[in-house]
Amino acid sequence: MVKLTIDNKAVEVPEGSTIMDAANIAGIPIPKLCFLKDINEIGACRVCVVEIEGKEKLVTSCNNQVEEGMVVYTNSPKVRRNRKKTVEMILSQHNSNCVTCARNRNCSLQTITRDLNILDVPYEKELFPLPWNKNFPLIRDADKCIKCMRCIQVCDKIQSVKIWDVGGTGSRTGVYVSGNRKIEESDCVLCGQCITHCPVGALRERDDTEKAWWAIENKKKVTVVQVAPAVRAAWGEVFGIPREEATMGKIADALKRIGFDYVFDTVFSADLTIMEEGNEFVERFKKGDTKQMPMFTSCCPGWVRFVKSQYPHLVSRLSTAKSPQQMFGAVMKSYFAKKIGVAPEDMVTVSIMPCVAKKGESNMELFYEEYAGKDVDIVLTTRELTRMIRMAHIDPKTLKDVPCDEPMTDGTGAGVIFGTTGGVMEAALRSAYYLIKGANPDADAFEEVRSSREQPKWKEALFKIDDITVKTAVVNGLANTRELIDALEKGEVHYDFVEVMACPGGCVGGGGQPIKDGYELATNRSVNLRQLDENAPIRFSHENPSVLKLYEEFMEKPLSHKAHMLLHTDHNAWEMPQVNR
Amino acid sequence: MSRLEIPVPDKAQTVVEQLYKDLERRIEASPLGLCPIDMTKAFLELCHAQTCGKCVPCRVGLKQLKNMISDVLDGKATMETLDEMKETAVSIMETADCAIGYEAANMVYKGLIGFYDEYVSHIELGRCNCTYKQPVPCVSLCPAGVDIPGYIALVLEGRYQDAIRLIRKDNPFPTTCGFICEHPCEARCRRNMVDDAINIRGLKRMAADLAGKVAPPACEPSTGKKVAIVGGGPGGLSAAYYLQLMGHQVVVYEMLPKLGGMLRYGIPNYRLPKDRLDDDINAILETGVQVKHGLRIGIDITINELREQYDAVLITIGASTDKKLGIDGEDANGVISAVKFLRDVGKDAAIDLKGQEVCVVGGGNVSMDAVRTAVRLGAKKVSIVYRRRVADMTALHDEIEGAIAEGVEVQTLKAPVRIETDGDNNVKGLWVQPQMISEIKGGRASVKSTGEPEVLLPCTTVIVAIGQDIESKHFADAGVPVNRGVIQTGRNAGFDLLPGVFAGGDCATGPATVIKAIGAAKVIAANIDEYLGFHHIIQSGVEVPQPNLADRNPCGRVNMTEREACERICDFDGVELPMTEAECKQEASRCLRCDHFGYGVFKGGRKTLW
Repeated sequence: MVKLTIDNKAVEVPEGSTIMDAANIAGIPIPKLCFLKDINEIGACRVCVVEIEGKEKLVTSCNNQVEEGMVVYTNSPKVRRNRKKTVEMILSQHNSNCVTCARNRNCSLQTITRDLNILDVPYEKELFPLPWNKNFPLIRDADKCIKCMRCIQVCDKIQSVKIWDVGGTGSRTGVYVSGNRKIEESDCVLCGQCITHCPVGALRERDDTEKAWWAIENKKKVTVVQVAPAVRAAWGEVFGIPREEATMGKIADALKRIGFDYVFDTVFSADLTIMEEGNEFVERFKKGDTKQMPMFTSCCPGWVRFVKSQYPHLVSRLSTAKSPQQMFGAVMKSYFAKKIGVAPEDMVTVSIMPCVAKKGESNMELFYEEYAGKDVDIVLTTRELTRMIRMAHIDPKTLKDVPCDEPMTDGTGAGVIFGTTGGVMEAALRSAYYLIKGANPDADAFEEVRSSREQPKWKEALFKIDDITVKTAVVNGLANTRELIDALEKGEVHYDFVEVMACPGGCVGGGGQPIKDGYELATNRSVNLRQLDENAPIRFSHENPSVLKLYEEFMEKPLSHKAHMLLHTDHNAWEMPQVNR
Repeated sequence: MSRLEIPVPDKAQTVVEQLYKDLERRIEASPLGLCPIDMTKAFLELCHAQTCGKCVPCRVGLKQLKNMISDVLDGKATMETLDEMKETAVSIMETADCAIGYEAANMVYKGLIGFYDEYVSHIELGRCNCTYKQPVPCVSLCPAGVDIPGYIALVLEGRYQDAIRLIRKDNPFPTTCGFICEHPCEARCRRNMVDDAINIRGLKRMAADLAGKVAPPACEPSTGKKVAIVGGGPGGLSAAYYLQLMGHQVVVYEMLPKLGGMLRYGIPNYRLPKDRLDDDINAILETGVQVKHGLRIGIDITINELREQYDAVLITIGASTDKKLGIDGEDANGVISAVKFLRDVGKDAAIDLKGQEVCVVGGGNVSMDAVRTAVRLGAKKVSIVYRRRVADMTALHDEIEGAIAEGVEVQTLKAPVRIETDGDNNVKGLWVQPQMISEIKGGRASVKSTGEPEVLLPCTTVIVAIGQDIESKHFADAGVPVNRGVIQTGRNAGFDLLPGVFAGGDCATGPATVIKAIGAAKVIAANIDEYLGFHHIIQSGVEVPQPNLADRNPCGRVNMTEREACERICDFDGVELPMTEAECKQEASRCLRCDHFGYGVFKGGRKTLW
């Protein structure tokens, strides 16, 4: 332990603590901007500087360690004066049109500016805007970028995709798409982690809310919306609704009040995915297809973009099953459209997703009978959902639990955990067991695959069902995924079935989720989904009554010809820019 | 009023003079990878501030040039801008009245020619494509990438053994390099911006002095693979060390009786005491490296035989033959190459120079080694004979100074013409043609004859130290690509047509430095490991201390001191004296820890393994 004094308070902290850690232990928060624990501890913004007695130069508290007997002042006149100057400098190169910024009132620069009571910036404004393709799902405003470098570090270290890089030198140093590429020509997987880790509004998703309002307003169009499992675990954060009270039912109420005609829960199509993907796995496993390389899940579009660009030779190892979003879209425009007597072209399918990559995935084409279009027409992130609720002037306190529409009303606990790392695997194993044995296992029999954001590398588990041994692995985060694939390719490990989620912690930590700078909420949200599963009346996808009815009335059986046409996809049908650096 | 006045220093001017010095040191420490156009603009602004304002081209033209460069940098320029820039620069060069104007324009012009592609790229991309290439200056400039801030921090804490372990991760010759490394790491030390570069080499020597014997790390389990290394110099032994640590069995073929190559047979004992060289070599051998002495490749065993007997073969034969002057009388008795002269000394078979007059031709480090060795062998008079000036010599400044202090004469601007002999073909003297310094060509001052008559420098021994060659014939015959005597490898140090054969060090680069050979050895060891189907990792396991947060107040650099000249010329013992431990700590505390402060903490600050 190290003894020191911070702001005249005696503190004892573990050796190796940073000054910032020590101050936190002492209950003294030090303002910061670029710091991101374990990812970006580079002292670039100079906002977290502190004064150390006996030293002239201020020291960044985020990346310098405490020393025995150190006397630290986190808010001395000298510190405050310099911190203010530094923030004024940042503001001189920041487009502070806060009122029209997606991060208005959720911006670390705004907060620090307020806290320092900066009412005037003495410097000339110098902005450096750069052109950007506004049709791309990921939008960057260069003149809001404060060069904290977090996006570079997150993409390098968490995702290993390296889309961003420092460019230029001297005063013109900035953040650019790496390798002189345009973003649309890059191998960006659209995970959106750079967005959720941006302290300001330099990065955001393409806002598609106006498209949704247009569809709602258009009398000729029937709007059908689905809500992904991970959305319910996070949307309430924005309105201060406790997680357990921020139910899917309330989202359904909000969406109805916003004006959507039909509201469904993507949990239904998660169960449907399990039926298709689970059967596909059992089939491929039995054929010996997984002896060399595993079958990979295909429900995460960030992962699919990753494998297509980084490991194109492994595309055939992906399950051919569409993701729950796309499956639901296909079901809406076929089965459901027939049911309600609406032509698929008069239907606008919308999805609320915790994800930016889903905006890319929805470009996938759907051909069904005479219809040629898309499974899903408009994809909105959780953040866009909360913006629409605000735009509709709905007081969240007044929301009530409303059930989803018929006939795709039901969802099981297995479908709910699709939103968290390990959930797809667990749901698939529950049903695979049933397919092999003809009887249900204990619903918690496969808890070993439950992973988390904090899980290092990947989680593996081995299951024996009679004389069959299935080797599984669950991985989240693409840097971890790369390590896993490299180990698979070198023959160091072997698995039959691998679940990949691109975002740390899975969809709960998705790039479309609400942002709270400095906090990683994936695990908290994950706990919520697991509780929902635990308390669910049905916990097996193959027991979902709505899914069974769909097969009975329309799809016949899993992997049927119709299912193949509507619920499966050719991953080679579209091009992804290859890695080219 | 007085008729004349004694000028009083202007206070502002005094400060500006200091700032000039600061700027000089700052430019010296300028990092690599900066945008050359941004730098041109910065230089141009300085030049423009120097304008007296009298003449139009300088007063106005330089400003216009600066505006155009700004447009390039701001993405507002077109290809026409470049044409206009060139015309403007040429016009200023041709019309300006004084050097302030025409030389400033010339700087811009040189850039327009020298990095035209950069200008074009700025215009095409609308932005700068440069990236900062030097996160930690010393590490970036060390060919072996030694973790310099890391071991300096360890020295500061008195953890000398750990310092040696950390250095060995990238360089198995810490002691040797502590004595004789040319320390390219110090060239752009950021501490220059405060006062002066850190004495990095000196601190490495102190780590080696104070650490005592440090055992090498344990080897990886045996892979069963065998690697032959031809030549036991610093490159060969470094590769041997890493390959042995990786679990491969290395056999070094050395034709001379002892290991070390030029370190033993080229560098005199007074610069690198051989018992200290042995400290490094013994640690390398402790890993289990085997050695076969006395076999000459191409005579006793062929490269193709080695290829059959081993899984991989590495050629590190160095550059150990001499270059000839090509003048009359070069075959006379008493003419000797510096390579042979120094090798004989290393073999304890030095020629007797007592009472003789010696001329050493050449201005490089080998020449300095030869003259200082000749002094120690009792020569009456020793002269360096060099075509150019002292300032043009490629030898390290300290070596030249050391030689002069030891009584060596320096005959500059003398081009050897022929060697005068007596009837028995013994050397009587060296005829030289006086030279005058002339135009700068290719960045270097050239010489030409003064037209004066030739001069005879009487002497009995002529030592030729004008460079070394590589004994590459056998390898060329065996199919190894050789160009102008230098072995031509790919960037992986191997050969497309000879899988499993690698080469590195002086024989693949021409004569260079020890640390370059060691850097190449790292590359080769890694590539041989991959070639053999492995991916071993080399790391030190040493935790580097956190940087101290003390203010970096200006403080003088501790330079090494030497034994006094009259004493040291009487023996071959080491010339350089160590620092005291107090000096060592102070010097180590000057390190700015660029691995932690600045760009290093963001990118490339520390490679803990390779």
